Amino acid sequence: MKLAYWMYAGPAHIGTLRVASSFKNVHAIMHAPLGDDYFNVMRSMLERERDFTPVTASIVDRHVLARGSQEKVVENIMRKDQQENPDLILLTPTCTSSILQEDLQNFVERATSHTHSEILLADVNHYRVNEFQAADRTLEQIIAFYLEKQTKDEVPSATLRGTLGSSQQKAEVEKKTEQPSANILGIFTLGFHHQHDCREIYRILKDLGIRINSIIPEGSLVTNLKNITKAWFNIVPYREIGLMAAEYLQKQYNMPYIDRTPMGLVETASWIRQICTLVEGNQQEYEKYIDQQTRFVSQAAWFSRSIDCQNLTGKKALVFGDATHAAAMTKILVREMGINVCCAGTYCQQDGDWFREQVQGFCDQVLITEDHTQVGNMIAKIEPAAIFGTQMERHVGKRLDIPCGVISAPIHIQNFPLSYRPFLGYEGTNQIADLVYNSFTLGMEDHLLEIFGGHDVKTVITKNLSTDQDLIWNSSAQTELQKIPGFVRNRIKRNTEKFARSQKIQQITVEVMYAAKEAAEAAT
Amino acid sequence: MSTTLKFECETGNYHTFCPISCVSWLYQKISDSFFLVIGTKTCGYFLQNALGVMIFAEPRYAMAELEEGDISAQLHDFDELQRLCLQIKQDRNPSVLVWIGTCTTEIIKMDLEGMAPKIEELIGIPVIVARANGLDYAFTQGEDTVLAAMAHRCPLPEEHQKQSLVLFGSLPNTVAQQLTRELENQGIKVSGWLPETRYEELPPLGPGVFVCGVHPFLSRTATTLMRRRKCQLIGAPFPIGPDGTRAWIEKICQVFNVQPQNLDEREVKIWDSLKQYLTLVKSKSVFFMGDNLLEISLARFLIRCGMIVYEIGIPYMDKRFQASELKLLEKTCHEMNVSMPRIVEKPDNYNQIQRIRALQPDLVITGLAHSNPLEARGITTKWSVEFTFAQIHGFSNARDILELVTRPLRRNNHLKDLGWSKLAT
Repeated sequence: MKLAYWMYAGPAHIGTLRVASSFKNVHAIMHAPLGDDYFNVMRSMLERERDFTPVTASIVDRHVLARGSQEKVVENIMRKDQQENPDLILLTPTCTSSILQEDLQNFVERATSHTHSEILLADVNHYRVNEFQAADRTLEQIIAFYLEKQTKDEVPSATLRGTLGSSQQKAEVEKKTEQPSANILGIFTLGFHHQHDCREIYRILKDLGIRINSIIPEGSLVTNLKNITKAWFNIVPYREIGLMAAEYLQKQYNMPYIDRTPMGLVETASWIRQICTLVEGNQQEYEKYIDQQTRFVSQAAWFSRSIDCQNLTGKKALVFGDATHAAAMTKILVREMGINVCCAGTYCQQDGDWFREQVQGFCDQVLITEDHTQVGNMIAKIEPAAIFGTQMERHVGKRLDIPCGVISAPIHIQNFPLSYRPFLGYEGTNQIADLVYNSFTLGMEDHLLEIFGGHDVKTVITKNLSTDQDLIWNSSAQTELQKIPGFVRNRIKRNTEKFARSQKIQQITVEVMYAAKEAAEAAT
Repeated sequence: MSTTLKFECETGNYHTFCPISCVSWLYQKISDSFFLVIGTKTCGYFLQNALGVMIFAEPRYAMAELEEGDISAQLHDFDELQRLCLQIKQDRNPSVLVWIGTCTTEIIKMDLEGMAPKIEELIGIPVIVARANGLDYAFTQGEDTVLAAMAHRCPLPEEHQKQSLVLFGSLPNTVAQQLTRELENQGIKVSGWLPETRYEELPPLGPGVFVCGVHPFLSRTATTLMRRRKCQLIGAPFPIGPDGTRAWIEKICQVFNVQPQNLDEREVKIWDSLKQYLTLVKSKSVFFMGDNLLEISLARFLIRCGMIVYEIGIPYMDKRFQASELKLLEKTCHEMNVSMPRIVEKPDNYNQIQRIRALQPDLVITGLAHSNPLEARGITTKWSVEFTFAQIHGFSNARDILELVTRPLRRNNHLKDLGWSKLAT
């Protein structure tokens, strides 16, 4: 048992449902108790979905507990088949059904003979994988199912007709589009800015003369999955979801893939160069394109040279999020803006080694944890000038008066903007530059505040993480504290209190404040 | 036109919140409590997302997240729970710990009721067990399970406390105050509430004490109070809407042999103040998809407001506990000369949507899973969960109910000439 107040990654079935409901005409049936269909609320609210979420529950209640599901699941599958006529019904186990240990595969087999739709049981274990891992696996499972089904369907009929030799058959599967083309794997519902990122990737590929063969799973039909092998290569923009499918396609169908994330100028350039090698493109033209985009289409390169960005040099930042976004963001801040990342971290523990390798040399320390209090304490300890994290870090920032830019899930409704906000590609670099710039106290303002003591000199802010209330500030010390500019006041207050506590001082006077300052300076 | 209420029961394939959501309002109501939800990541994810910003305000609740070792009994659940409860005691020092049992604890048959007294003794803090799980209950019924469990912890009344009145149901403090004062105006003293704002102030309950509910979803609590604490239950309609509030007060007065004073005037005055809203809702039709058990009372109030109710979906219908409310609903339909709505217990959302498409009601009161898709199809909706979080009880809060009900209608009036009411097929 674990005492938990908040979690970064959701339970496994959420991942499965996200994949299922991203495909067109796929219906998911959860084997779950009443109230577990909260996914529908999230999709309808956060994504502002216009359509009914194609997820229903086959309710597990007392009767099911006593007698087993018996006909219930099969009936629910058949009913959904008639009502919605989906191409695929995905039976989704939940934490409850995991421990009931009913033979769901048997239900699938029994229902299959009565339905027009295909039926699959999602292969996820609730107690071993999280939302991301489950989504990754489900995507692979669906793709593999349809590709293998096609081979199975074709072999007997072709052998019967005697028209296709096995080598021809193989050639059929491996036939490529005439023009270079790519699949994008891992764009789907409730993803962080996925729709915008997808459009941005599309735009770059179009500029490079590469067609999109298919985008999976968002908006695609499972019946079209058989065409997936016609693409020249696969693109996996996010590490968390799509890699398993890409690896499967490489192994089975010899399709190369790119798992680099085109986030930031340097990474986008490397990503484009990698494409160049895969399509055997003209290297000089690719370089020309990169140069043009970097210097003139994207404003980020120019921004990093401008005197505005100069003021950010050496400022302290903390980065936390999923592996993809946290790694990319760390590199952008350090390499492209000259910011000092004191700590980079991720909650994707399953990908910890990869993350460490990526940010090595870019940050002072690495934090890999699923415990939000640990992240909060780290922020309180190093007091960065800005945080780039999830909604949780935004709230920690609020309490500590540190600005935060949200760069990764988990997210709230405000992170599903209506306007075009990619994080990837060249437009993405612009968006990120704005986000970073707006998160730090603006350059000149910063200076003026320091010189004139700030506009906010009302009262001492008591919102802090420490619950210690045993320290008393005498009135002259309070007045002194109020003279300190608002944006650093809390930090000074905390440092002074830390010092007082270490010296076992009960009452804080102006002298104690100075002594604390001297001690802090001596320490650095 | 049908003249009696018709009850139906469908498949139970409907959307609602998990009953563990009750911790969100109960931990705020009982300010010295701590709620520990013993469940899986699924429960935690639901709470985290459903409660939104509350999560960040250091709430007094947490998950005891079960891991694989707990499920397969490799870990000893008693030791594990004791460890977590000690930690909570150290960090928060609450006056009471409420364990919320979930589907998982049911299935693996974790003996929470057996362990609680032992751990209570070890840590020196009362531990209450409520099985608010999705196998048995829907949404607001979670509160019912907690209050039923808490009723056992109330002290017994002393001789002079006999014939006192205790109200049950969790309400925001101001609303509880308003209802208390409303009864005091009639000369009836409310001797306590279940729950009070502090656990330590739980009211005396026992033989001779009269109890009356303020929420329609408290049938287990009512049963517990009657059977286990030997209290006398006052069966009344619920104080939702001025009509309901009046009937509720009248019924209590009747039990205490008090002739109600100025009730007529009070009710008329409230209705008068609602005029601007009433013109908006008059003759408009409503469809309740059903998810929080407030549906009967709200429908009864809206019919009195002049609306036409097509269907009242409801998760669970306790005809005994809601008898007075149902009678008032019937009476209201007769007096307003409208057809009796059909009451659909354990509704099937898929079938309901077919009926909504056919009936094209002016307003659908539904959960968030369906509201955006319905709006996109030109059907106006109101999010039902808001009724559970808004202040809707008593005379003075009738305005809030209509504020909620008319909000989408008023929005429609603003946008009606723009020509884009249908945005999906």
